[in-house]
Amino acid sequence: MNPAVNNIGSSLDFFVVVAIALFSIGTYGVLTRKNMIVLLMCIELMLNSVNLLLVTFSKYYGANDPQIFVFFIVVVAAAEATVGLSILIMAYRSNKSIDIELFNKLKD
Amino acid sequence: MTLQILAIILGSLTIGSALMVVLSKHPIRSVIFLVITFFFISSLYILMNAEFLAIVNIIVYAGAIMVLFLFVLMLLNLNKQAEPQTSLFTKLTGVLTAGTLFSVLIAALKDSLVLGKTYTAGNSQIGLVESLGNLLFSKYVVPFEVSSILFIAAMVGAVLLAKREKQIID
Repeated sequence: MNPAVNNIGSSLDFFVVVAIALFSIGTYGVLTRKNMIVLLMCIELMLNSVNLLLVTFSKYYGANDPQIFVFFIVVVAAAEATVGLSILIMAYRSNKSIDIELFNKLKD
Repeated sequence: MTLQILAIILGSLTIGSALMVVLSKHPIRSVIFLVITFFFISSLYILMNAEFLAIVNIIVYAGAIMVLFLFVLMLLNLNKQAEPQTSLFTKLTGVLTAGTLFSVLIAALKDSLVLGKTYTAGNSQIGLVESLGNLLFSKYVVPFEVSSILFIAAMVGAVLLAKREKQIID
């Protein structure tokens, strides 16, 4: 392995900042958007930011285990996306819209 | 030094495209920008030598999950700009909450930031396919098998949820 490729240690903190920024952007999207598909996409964005943070610290501590966790997070995210999208299709069938504001039937 | 500049450019592009996911009104554009974001995140993985995760990220996220999102968007014919406008108060609250979260997380992780230090480069095998495969099939083989059960459960659940019931049709 080329040591020059390995030697980016001083910019690892930048990756942490990028991961936190991605998580904040995802939070903003979940709070403000009303389209359910965009909401699910923002959740995927937040999951990816956590993955980026895990990979960064796996490089920092020199351990392989966090990358295995990232692999499992990807697996769970795939399952979550399928179930979430099928719930979305059900919601669309019941009220012909995917506006999240109309999805409050449990309240009343 | 070149790699640091490259990392800063790629990280800024990642944040920019993620912002476009949230800010663009058109859902299809959001999906496309999210695919671009995933490609940039994969490039960040490659910068950190995590080549296995970079490939998995492209295959699973950009290849499978986003195509699923696009399919649902096209099938439900939702690719029109029908989303009601969010109020200024909601947007302001969102910006405030996200900004507070950002600064609090930065402050919490400030001491763990590896300022100026290089990471422990003793094991250069980290993130390569061979070492990850060895670890996955020895230490983490039970979670790996359990995840297949999770997939079956998700598949059955998705089919059951999306199946059209008879009474609704009649």
